[in-house]
Amino acid sequence: MGKRKGMEIALAAAEAAALCRPDVIAAYPITPNTHIPEHLSDIVAEGRLDAEFICVESEHSALSACMGASGAGARVFTATSSQGLLYMAEIMAIASSMRLPVVMALGNRALSGPLNIWNDHSDIMSQRDTGWISLFASHGQEVIDMMIQAFRIAEDRDVMLPVNVNLDGFQLTHVVEVMNFPLQEEVDAFLPVYKPYASLHPDHPCSMGTLGLPEIFSEATRAREAAIVNSRKTILKVWDEWEKRFGRRYEPIESYKMEGAEFAVLTMGSMGETAEVAIDALREKGVPVGLLKLKLWRPFPYEDLKKAVKGVKSLIVMDRAVSFGGPGGPVASEIRSALYDEPSRPDLTNYIFGLGGRDVTVEDFIAMIDKVRLADKKRPKEHYEFYGVRGE
Amino acid sequence: MANKKWPENWQDVTPGCIVSEPGSASQYHTGDWRAQKPIWDNTKCIKCGVCYIFCPEGCIIEKEDGFFEADLDYCKGCGICAHECWPLAIKMVEEG
Repeated sequence: MGKRKGMEIALAAAEAAALCRPDVIAAYPITPNTHIPEHLSDIVAEGRLDAEFICVESEHSALSACMGASGAGARVFTATSSQGLLYMAEIMAIASSMRLPVVMALGNRALSGPLNIWNDHSDIMSQRDTGWISLFASHGQEVIDMMIQAFRIAEDRDVMLPVNVNLDGFQLTHVVEVMNFPLQEEVDAFLPVYKPYASLHPDHPCSMGTLGLPEIFSEATRAREAAIVNSRKTILKVWDEWEKRFGRRYEPIESYKMEGAEFAVLTMGSMGETAEVAIDALREKGVPVGLLKLKLWRPFPYEDLKKAVKGVKSLIVMDRAVSFGGPGGPVASEIRSALYDEPSRPDLTNYIFGLGGRDVTVEDFIAMIDKVRLADKKRPKEHYEFYGVRGE
Repeated sequence: MANKKWPENWQDVTPGCIVSEPGSASQYHTGDWRAQKPIWDNTKCIKCGVCYIFCPEGCIIEKEDGFFEADLDYCKGCGICAHECWPLAIKMVEEG
């Protein structure tokens, strides 16, 4: 089943998107996602994919073109990073409010400034509350799989929401890995032809993107919230089917060596792979530490989190972004809030690190875990800590 | 004035607030927004129809006798008709 092949992950993301037979692709190049639309334009030019590739003049236009095409009933795809995502910001919330199943590959990159093209999660965090489903991949295989799953989830009649697939810039986009590529007929069997709930067609006139006066706006917003909360059921259903068809299991939070773990590290994105090596080393020394890899950022998997941290004494949450002047990292803030009402909950330490492409090593993870594990209990607990920052 | 019926509860909102019935905007009476209304002085009106052409709401109607009037169910009182009327036949008058 499938084809094993070594490839740069950005190119693999493009190949995976092409396997989904999108009708329209509109994207504007920006590092580090550039290779995704670049390779898709090659695929279209080579005649391997029958799609309209729109060379837009900006990211604002890219997402707008995708939405127009999606409204007309097309399967659409776009990709961006960082400032490009911010340039799409005006349209982001409109895409989800109009319930258009746009799929986006987001090569995560720090927001400027200072100007920086390397990885962290500040771009997606700035668009957290725009109503998109957000998936986080930790390696190349997950990028391919999530790209295909994203179309199926987005277009499901019980969902009808845009989905972004997050892949760390450079750490994933520019790394060559050996991955398993599903065959075209396997993807076709998994992902049926898109049948829109409504489309802009003269035979069935309808209005999309209408004005919402105060008499309806609150109800419309409540309905959007219900839609993304309910999408969880479909996401789990799609992941179950994926496992049956392709043999790879996906969960909102993947547990690694959590048996009897008193300490747990929680990561999102590619750093989970590095953390695994640190966990292996510490387990070998007899340290009861495990790893939780968060793959579903929105809708946030509350139930899975509560289950995953049962019995854990101390939880270490790794953030690759800062909420300036706020509660520290956005992931930790979410987790604190999720566990607030629990009768028993682990202590929580939040490390902010790996910003703007700063390397995250196995030794860093071991040092951070040791710091928490060997800490003097009487020491006042800090809300969050910048790790690996000179002068700290 | 028949008013537009809003969805009763949030559960009744269509996905993406899609409106599948054409021309449904006519169910919403924008005349409620009006603070001033246009009054025609037909002794000055030359029946040129400039008011009819410029009305952004499309609510100015030509009567049988060739003079014009606004459908006050929809007229928002924007005053564009009075501004464009070069024989100065339209005056905006406070409501009430």
